[in-house]
Amino acid sequence: MTATITAALAGNPNCGKTTLFNALTGARQHVGNYPGVTVERRSGNVKTDTASLNVVDLPGTYSLTAYSPEELVARDFIVDERPQVVINVLDATSLERNLYLTIQFMELGAPMVLALNMMDAVKKQGKTIDTDKLSTLLGFPVVETVARTGLGKNALVQHAVAFARQKEKSWQPLHISYGPVLDPILNEMEEMIRANGFLDQRFPSRWIALKYLEEDEQVLKLGGGSGSKTHQQLKIIADKAKEKCFTTLEVGPEAVIADFRYGHIASMMKQGVVKGDTTHQRRHLSDKIDRVVTDQFFGPIIMLATLYGIFYITFPIGEIPMGWVEAFFEWLTNAATAIIPESLLQSLVVDGIIGGVGGVMGFVPLIMVMFMAITILEDLGYMARMAYMMDRVLRMFGLHGASLMPFIISGGIPGGCAVPGVMAARTLRSPKEKLATILTAPFMNCGAKVPVFLLLSAAFFPDNAARVMFGITIISWVVALLVAKLLRTTVIKGESTPFVMELPPYRIPTMKGVLIHTWERAWQYMKKAGTVILGISILIWAAMTFPGLPDESAGTFQAQRTAAEATLAAATTDQQRSALEQELMGINNMEAQAALKYSVAGRVGSAFEPVSKLAGFDWRTNIALLGGFAAKEVIVSSLGTAYSMGDVDPEASEGLGARLANDPNWSRATAMSLMIFVLLYAPCFVTVAVIGREASWGWAGFSVVFNTGLAFTLSVIVYHIM
Amino acid sequence: MTNTINLREMQVNQTGTIRSVRATGELGRRIRDMGLVPNTEIRIVGRAPLKDPVALRLLDFTITLRNNEADFITVEPTGE
Ligand SMILES: Nc1nc2c(ncn2[C@@H]2O[C@H](COP(=O)(O)OP(=O)(O)OP(=O)(O)O)[C@@H](O)[C@H]2O)c(=O)[nH]1
Ligand SMILES: [Mg+2]
Repeated sequence: MTATITAALAGNPNCGKTTLFNALTGARQHVGNYPGVTVERRSGNVKTDTASLNVVDLPGTYSLTAYSPEELVARDFIVDERPQVVINVLDATSLERNLYLTIQFMELGAPMVLALNMMDAVKKQGKTIDTDKLSTLLGFPVVETVARTGLGKNALVQHAVAFARQKEKSWQPLHISYGPVLDPILNEMEEMIRANGFLDQRFPSRWIALKYLEEDEQVLKLGGGSGSKTHQQLKIIADKAKEKCFTTLEVGPEAVIADFRYGHIASMMKQGVVKGDTTHQRRHLSDKIDRVVTDQFFGPIIMLATLYGIFYITFPIGEIPMGWVEAFFEWLTNAATAIIPESLLQSLVVDGIIGGVGGVMGFVPLIMVMFMAITILEDLGYMARMAYMMDRVLRMFGLHGASLMPFIISGGIPGGCAVPGVMAARTLRSPKEKLATILTAPFMNCGAKVPVFLLLSAAFFPDNAARVMFGITIISWVVALLVAKLLRTTVIKGESTPFVMELPPYRIPTMKGVLIHTWERAWQYMKKAGTVILGISILIWAAMTFPGLPDESAGTFQAQRTAAEATLAAATTDQQRSALEQELMGINNMEAQAALKYSVAGRVGSAFEPVSKLAGFDWRTNIALLGGFAAKEVIVSSLGTAYSMGDVDPEASEGLGARLANDPNWSRATAMSLMIFVLLYAPCFVTVAVIGREASWGWAGFSVVFNTGLAFTLSVIVYHIM
Repeated sequence: MTNTINLREMQVNQTGTIRSVRATGELGRRIRDMGLVPNTEIRIVGRAPLKDPVALRLLDFTITLRNNEADFITVEPTGE
């Protein structure tokens, strides 16, 4: 048995690390044509005949001096955890820029294997890369790969294993010259670091010196925290170096360092690493597309048309399989009702489990279609264009172009989920902008809220379902932007941060990628339905069932029933009989109502009714909304249970929507008010937990209270003006 | 130095060579990390609908930045 080798996949954003990770490990992590898709590290295993590897996929980073929180994840892993081998993935179509990070890895002394990815695109551009020469120049193995097809992955693994074994524990930092101004200073700093054993020799001393000159926040913090006086001395030298650079070279040390690094790369490239045509077919095409798609006039029109188009196709397409799923659950309900004798168990299975889970499952097809559309847009590279076009607008509201992705993932195009959406905010540099994004992303129209809107719009605004959905989505954006503005001008004031982003080339989405990603999302949704939602549904069912009516009132209903039955038996004409049957049903209804009202849920729901009435919500709706604090998916099913348990008309096999539409307590105003409330009130538990982790528990609590308050206020207003 | 202009003043489709990047600190580092360094050839691809940000084409890739960040960059336009 050999020990497991840890291999980290690192490189620039959007160079294909996750695609390669998936190819190597068989995982299905999210891939997208957008810089900054991966925000967390993920690991997976690869076994060969001779070794076993633990491969870690990292967020992309342009430099080892991290800029945003997700880049910090990558840098910390490489710097602190020191994987046995770093698989440096490079986008070979922009080799020079990608090598900038490689050089920094080399200065750190990391043992590396280079994966020159996107070789298919390089070939299309008519270029060739002399990998042997590059390998000799750098002193590391270089493997050509096409991560999308898995080409070169075996060679890569072999090199990584061999290299990890051979170089074990010896990190050999590269020394490059930083010119006559900085070199003597670097030497002096290095000397000092070595003499004092500064930072326990955990990093190469020249690397620490460079980081002091570059004013790397993390290293300075680490140095300051070590309590060593070397820290102060290094800072003094760094300050002097800065002055000297400005007086002699007119730029800061970080600029000098960057220049020399690029110079080092350029001198390597000059030796003929890349050959061939330098006119870029593909980029020309991308540029041409951009000329239209991001045009000052057509750009916004195309963007809105695209979004509206998604609604326009999703509903008709999604409805067909949705019908099948609904029919299946209807059949299941009937079967369960027939097989299980009337009892608590029947009620649990039919109302609690099938009702709860089926209510959510019915929407899987729709979510899949929506999500497929989002995936295609993302894979094409369109999201990056949207971020670019929207930056100016988002900035007016105290947000940032990079806030767009978290919004969209959260449901800016319906069907998303705020949990990964909040995580995606890690690509934001400034903690203030990040916080504002995190706090407003949960307003978006996530996949769990969609069912509520579909139900209500179909019942109360038939023929206009897609338009209502579009309207709701627009409202979610408007509220998110306004709240962001409010927060950014009050509690989280602060400057905006730069928007420097790469626009990736347009790429044709791969069928496989789109299907896998869509399936992943659908599977997550279904898994949640089968676990969390199932659990909550059972809990809510129990809360709506227990305690049962006390004996005396149950007795009263029983007595009424017996009396009615006796008269029914004595009835002679059909007319009399049907009138009496009506009466009997009325008694049953009243009993069921009374029972529901007597239950824990009924009591809680009723307790809130005096307040919730202001927005038009009765006690049954309150039960559903309380369930929605845990997970929004349960709102529709709890509403269904609350209305079916309190209403046992056997002929009312009509859907919940129709039942609500016919209910005298419901009107368009109620429906609209409820939609607004559901859209905006407290994020679900999981989202709150993620906000707690990404921001703080205080802010998580804030989002629960603030959002609910805002939602209620707006609902009351809507209810009264409608 | 010959005629250099501010990146902000460049027209769409105009080409030129970056002569200096005066941004310091974090922004300066970020710009350089992404490949905007002196002697790089650029072409203005376009501007976003509200005139800001601007998209630049470098030899191998495209970068977008805001006008107030572009202010730190001076470019020597190629003659036309
Ligand atoms: N043509 C081509 N495209 C590729 C290749 N590898 C990846 N891609 C595409 O490049 C894009 C980015 O891929 P990802 O795997 O998400 O990149 P990443 O490096 O993980 O990106 P971040 O997580 O954002 O840092 C996707 O659209 C991929 O389909 C390749 O070898 N050839
Ligand atoms: Mg990734």
